[in-house]
Amino acid sequence: MLGLIAPVLLLAGLAGPVAADSPELGENIWKKCRACHDIGPDAIRKVGPPLNDLLGRVAGTFPDYIYSKAMIDAGEEGLVWTPETLDVFLERPKNLVQSTKMSFAGLRKQADRDNLIAFLAVYSSDDQTVRDKHLRSADPQLPAEVLAIEGDRDYGEYLAGTCVGCHQQSGEDKGIPSITGWPSETFMTVMFSYRSKFRENPVMQQVAGSLNNEEIAALAAFFQELEAAD
Amino acid sequence: MTLNRRVFIGSAAAATAVLSAPMVRAAGRPKVVVIGGGAGGATAARYIAKDSDGAIDVTLIEPTRTYYTCFFSNLYLGGFREFASLGHTYGKLAAEYGINVVHDWAVGVDRDAKTVALASGSSVPYDRLVISPGIDFVDGAIPGWDLSTQNKMPHAYKAGSQTQLLKAQIEAMPQGGVFAMIAPPNPFRCPPGPYERVSMVAHYLKANNPTAKILIADPKDKFSKQGLFEDGWTRHYSGMIERLGPDFGGNKVEVRPDTMELVIDGEATKVDVCNVIPAQKAGRIAELAGVTNDAGWAPVSGFGMVSKMDENIHVLGDASAQGDMPKSGFSANSQAKVCAMSVRGALTGSKVFPPKFANTCWSLIDTDDGIKVGASYEATDEKIASTGGFVSQNGEDAATRKATYEESIGWYAGISADIFG
Ligand SMILES: Cc1cc2nc3c(=O)[nH]c(=O)nc-3n(C[C@H](O)[C@H](O)[C@H](O)COP(=O)(O)OP(=O)(O)OC[C@H]3O[C@@H](n4cnc5c(N)ncnc54)[C@H](O)[C@@H]3O)c2cc1C
Ligand code: HEC
Ligand code: HEC
Repeated sequence: MLGLIAPVLLLAGLAGPVAADSPELGENIWKKCRACHDIGPDAIRKVGPPLNDLLGRVAGTFPDYIYSKAMIDAGEEGLVWTPETLDVFLERPKNLVQSTKMSFAGLRKQADRDNLIAFLAVYSSDDQTVRDKHLRSADPQLPAEVLAIEGDRDYGEYLAGTCVGCHQQSGEDKGIPSITGWPSETFMTVMFSYRSKFRENPVMQQVAGSLNNEEIAALAAFFQELEAAD
Repeated sequence: MTLNRRVFIGSAAAATAVLSAPMVRAAGRPKVVVIGGGAGGATAARYIAKDSDGAIDVTLIEPTRTYYTCFFSNLYLGGFREFASLGHTYGKLAAEYGINVVHDWAVGVDRDAKTVALASGSSVPYDRLVISPGIDFVDGAIPGWDLSTQNKMPHAYKAGSQTQLLKAQIEAMPQGGVFAMIAPPNPFRCPPGPYERVSMVAHYLKANNPTAKILIADPKDKFSKQGLFEDGWTRHYSGMIERLGPDFGGNKVEVRPDTMELVIDGEATKVDVCNVIPAQKAGRIAELAGVTNDAGWAPVSGFGMVSKMDENIHVLGDASAQGDMPKSGFSANSQAKVCAMSVRGALTGSKVFPPKFANTCWSLIDTDDGIKVGASYEATDEKIASTGGFVSQNGEDAATRKATYEESIGWYAGISADIFG
């Protein structure tokens, strides 16, 4: 299911919802969800599951909530709640998870969805324990075929020449983040996220934009071997 | 063996004549000589030594014992950076990578015998020669100015004592005095450099000498990141900076160092500081090696930075004429890695991948107001060609500008480690 969404977004190079959206306006839209969902400290299960820490959560995994089989399957196929996946879901839930038991028609207006997602983000802690700690909510979910590309480590070592002028090979962070010792799947996801402009930094968009899938995989293979910073 | 070399390098009194020793030891291994221990040369030496794991004998020839980076030297002028923080030494390259660091000048290259002559009188043989000597100034570019007047009118375009001198002169300006800059014509080292410098001087003056003026005589119609700089100057230093382009005589200048006068289109102005940045060419040793063209630069192929005049010589960094990359420390460092890969491929048969290059130049306009421009490049048969780039935008919020500045600090730390180990 999700296998279809992420690549479409990537290929189209669509920018995901951006940070300029307003959680305050989103709180108004939240009224449409409140009957079925709770959020905030001590949020309880209602008809639907609590939506704290939603960004980064694998679909259908809130403990002790009984989901539809459709939602559980979607999670098992790799659906993770990110601004991009939520945007599709909230526009018309059944478009994303066909047999979900959430009976809600959807939010037609892009701005409503953006603001609501910004509101939900406020209740998502930065520490996304479910996904790798290096991932941000904006990062896309890559299809398994892409993550499975075997990187040529030696090629990666050469290509890394471009990176280590900024990211120290020792893993030290003196103003530019450390990228050593990451799991290669995380590394690739983040590089795609810059390449597809889900992440904002123009330097990294440029760097990632000049790399093809094999090159990203090669870099992932090389950096994975280096000792992680603590 | 390495131990001896370490002792030799470590002792400040050691004479360069001991040089013959490494040559004897190195017999049998292919030899690479690198002229110039700056952004390009030191990176190339380090990558060749590191990645060949001792299979290649690397000698680095560099006259100074401490290399002061031009990059971030403007930040020192603005008071954002200590002078000492710009200095880097060669200890690690010698001790950890086994590079023979020879503190001497290269004074000639015999391309037939494949040897480099040193000022001390000895000569060093090479299988491959890498030249990264940076820039020299075109003689007579600014009437009235030559190297003998550089202490009255500093260029501060090679970092070190010139940079300190310029700072001292700025600090000694009388209240309401005039700081003048003669900007260079294209192509030159660090396209945003003069304008970042103006920003940093303005930052200093605004706090310490707010009625002072800055006058720029510029032979170019336009310059790097112009819209961003001019926007920043209006926001931070309104009324302080005046730039005269070629339409106002910025291309017809001469100087009179004795009377501290700057003459623009026949009209003399008395100034308090005159920062003369003359037209540039490849460092002289490239010319002596016979690898430069009529314009004074060394044409190279992007595939390995190989000289178009001699396939055993590579030229890197500012001295090279390669195509679209700006002359920057970032570029020199990027080119050095492609060069290192090509040298290793030629001498040890290691794998050579298609070249890729990158550059980013950050500039600081005022406290936490950083901007950047960057691009990626690849080698084509014709030149090193840009494959796309980005530049900061006017109207970015303060957080973005601050993050950009912080990024540049991270880069300085990263690139220093990548150049000097
Ligand atoms: C004010 C200013 C600001 C700058 N800011 C930036 C910036 O922010 N970012 C950036 O990327 N770049 C910046 N640059 C540009 C950067 O400094 C140069 O592009 C870079 O240093 C070029 O590297 P290089 O190896 O070609 O030459 P250099 O770094 O100049 O190294 C050349 C070395 O060769 C040695 N040498 C010369 N002749 C001989 C000889 N005959 N024998 C032996 N050794 C010799 C010299 O002593 C020197 O150490 C700036 C430059 C200036 C002037
Ligand atoms: C009529 C009740 C109802 C309304 C209104 C409703 N939901 Fe739901 N929601 C549910 C139910 C029930 C589920 C569980 C779906 C399943 O298991 O298929 C659910 C699931 C979800 C999930 C998946 C959670 C997880 O843990 O995987 C999200 C996200 C979500 N809803 C968001 C919203 C938002 C945002 C709104 C307001 C725009 C909203 N819902 C409105 C009932 C509702
Ligand atoms: C010009 C400097 C520069 C270069 C060169 C560069 N990066 Fe980056 N990189 C950055 C900066 C700055 C960030 C932080 C951006 C942000 O906040 O999104 C970053 C972020 C990253 C991240 C995410 C880090 C995190 O903690 O989320 C990864 C992964 C990464 N870079 C990989 C690379 C790779 C691989 C290369 C080489 C192909 C490279 N970078 C080259 C400057 C650079």
